[in-house]
This record gives sequence, C-alpha cells and structure tokens, in this order.
Amino acid sequence: MKMKNSLYIIIVGCGRLGSYLANQLSRVGHSVVVIDADEQTFNDLSPDFSGFRVVGDATRIAILKEAKLKQADVFFATTHWDNVNLMVAQIARKLFHVPHVLARVFDPHREEIYKQLGIETICPTSVAAEMFLMAVASGKAGEGKKQ
Amino acid sequence: MKVLIVGSGKTVYFLCKSFTAKGYEVVIINRDHQECVQLARQVSATVVCGDGSDANTLEDAGAMYADAMLAITPNDQDNLIICQLAAIHFGVPRAVALANDPENAEVFQQLGISAFSTTHIIGNLIEQRASLEQVINLLPVGEGRVNVTEIHLDEASPVAGSALSEVTLPKSALVAVVIRENQPIVPRGDDRLLEGDRIVIITLPENHEQVLKIFTGSRK
Repeated sequence: MKMKNSLYIIIVGCGRLGSYLANQLSRVGHSVVVIDADEQTFNDLSPDFSGFRVVGDATRIAILKEAKLKQADVFFATTHWDNVNLMVAQIARKLFHVPHVLARVFDPHREEIYKQLGIETICPTSVAAEMFLMAVASGKAGEGKKQ
Repeated sequence: MKVLIVGSGKTVYFLCKSFTAKGYEVVIINRDHQECVQLARQVSATVVCGDGSDANTLEDAGAMYADAMLAITPNDQDNLIICQLAAIHFGVPRAVALANDPENAEVFQQLGISAFSTTHIIGNLIEQRASLEQVINLLPVGEGRVNVTEIHLDEASPVAGSALSEVTLPKSALVAVVIRENQPIVPRGDDRLLEGDRIVIITLPENHEQVLKIFTGSRK
C-alpha cells in the first residue's frame, strides 16, 4: 500500500533502534531501505516489513549507491558506531544532498562538533541525562526522600 | 614539526622511526594497550593509549600544538572523523587520512579532508614500472581525469627532430614543457623536439595511450 506522500527513507544500521524505526515507518506506508553489514540483524524486522534490505558496509559508497541514496528523502544513521554514523550522514547530506539527515551520536563532545558542521545529530546520552536532570529539578526524584 | 599518527602495526612503527630520524616530534595514538606498551619501548616517541576520534584523547596527545595529523587505521570512518576533529576542532593545519576503500579517497576530499589510497598509489606505481621505460613519471590530477606524463625521447622516438607543429596530436592533448639539458622550455609550434629531450605531456585517460604512441613509437 502506497501513501500519496510516501517518503523514500534509508536507515543505516538494523539494531534495536534501526529495526524499530524501519518497522514503524514501513507500517505507515513509507518506502524504507535498511542497510546493515550483518544479515542476521534483519531478523528483527517484523514480518509485515515491506521495504528493502541491503547487506553491506555503509561506509563503502558502492553500498550507499546500491540503496539509491540519490533518491532518498530521509536518511537515518543508527549504527552503534559514532564514526560510521557521522561519516555516512556527511556523505548523505553533503555529497548526495539528502534533504533530511539524522545521525545518532553517543559521545556528546563529538555531537557538538558535528552540529557546527551542519550535521543534525541525536545524542542518546545527552537526551537521557537531560531527562534525569529534569526529574531531579521537578522534585519527582525527591518525593520519596527520607525525612 | 610535531606529527600525530593514529594507527597500528608495522606501518606506524616504521613511519615513526623515519619521522623521528628527521627530528620531528612524533605522538602515536593507539587503542590497544599492549601495542602501546611495546611501541613505547621501541620508539623515541610519545605513545598515547586511547581512541583517536575522541576529543579528549587528541587533547592529551597535544593536538592543539600539532603541525600534522596522519590517520592510518584500517577503518575509513575512524580516519575521516579523526582528521575532521584534528582540523576543525584543534586547528591542525595538515590532516591526512588513509582511504582503505579507494573510492573513499574522493569522498574524503569532497568532505574537505586530504586523503590517499595505497591501492591507487601501488597500482599506479606498478603500472608505471611495467609500462614503457621511456615514461619516467605519471601523475594523475583532477581526481584522475587528467594525466601529466613525463617522457624521455630516445633515438627510436618517431618525433625526434620534428618541429612541434609537425606532430599531429589528438584533441585534448598538449606538450606542456620540454626539458633540455635541465632547462625547461615552454614550446611553441616552431620549436623542435630533439633526441634526449624530456617532455611533459598532458593527456586525458581516453587519449593517453594514443598520445604516448606518437612520442615513443609502437614498441613492446
């Protein structure tokens, strides 16, 4: 089933995050391509996943081309390696001009530097830290405090 | 000159030896603790154990005072990020990355990082050595779209003695310089090519073979 405004979405890395995103986005009707070097990870895709799977190392441009990077509307880099995510995100954004590129970066220092380079990143470490701190600030963490 | 090298194995060891022999200050960054201990014993360089793509490690290694960064790990993504961190975050004036995948050499260049591919270099060297001995030097420029070739004109060259205007070259080929008795001459049509000259020609990959044949003649 194709939506009228279906997007062409490439997801690099089919781990917990990548496969979750792929399943959700495919379910609502987008065209999804998942790239992972390990074929086994595709087992995490749900049975109704209707997208494509590309087995290979995404830091090789040949693999990205195989996934038709040129046509992508959205590009997510979700592998467990910051450097892989940052490299492929830069290729997608700067060389193939994909309109929407997001990279997961665990190291907050690295995240900051690449923000300056115009690469949009999500840092799970900072996001989690932010939520923990908010819990403290809102007083929730203090509710059970011993008197 | 202070040089940072991120990488492992014999390449790092020998590079480090040759750099320190030239009087450079060398810092090696390596992730493997055991290899670091061994390197520290073998070379007169500072060895920092850590992830070269981590800003803290680079700071420990003194990246802000470095003149050059050389990233030669087996992982292209690491080499790229290491060089970008060095260049952008620490202002290292020269950062060079190894592209293990030859196609990534061009990718890195487009992302603003100097890169080299050993596959390219070795491939070119072998081709150069294996080809005609009259070809002294071959340098691909413009991402390999243009060849600059130096040729020695010996007695068998069919063009020795001819004026340049008598030599018919295909479109998009040019004799840029004639080197005669160590003097470079930028030739005009009425200049003659002589035996013993070294000439520098500019060709495109598609007409390269054809142009070489014009100057060296057909031979095996």
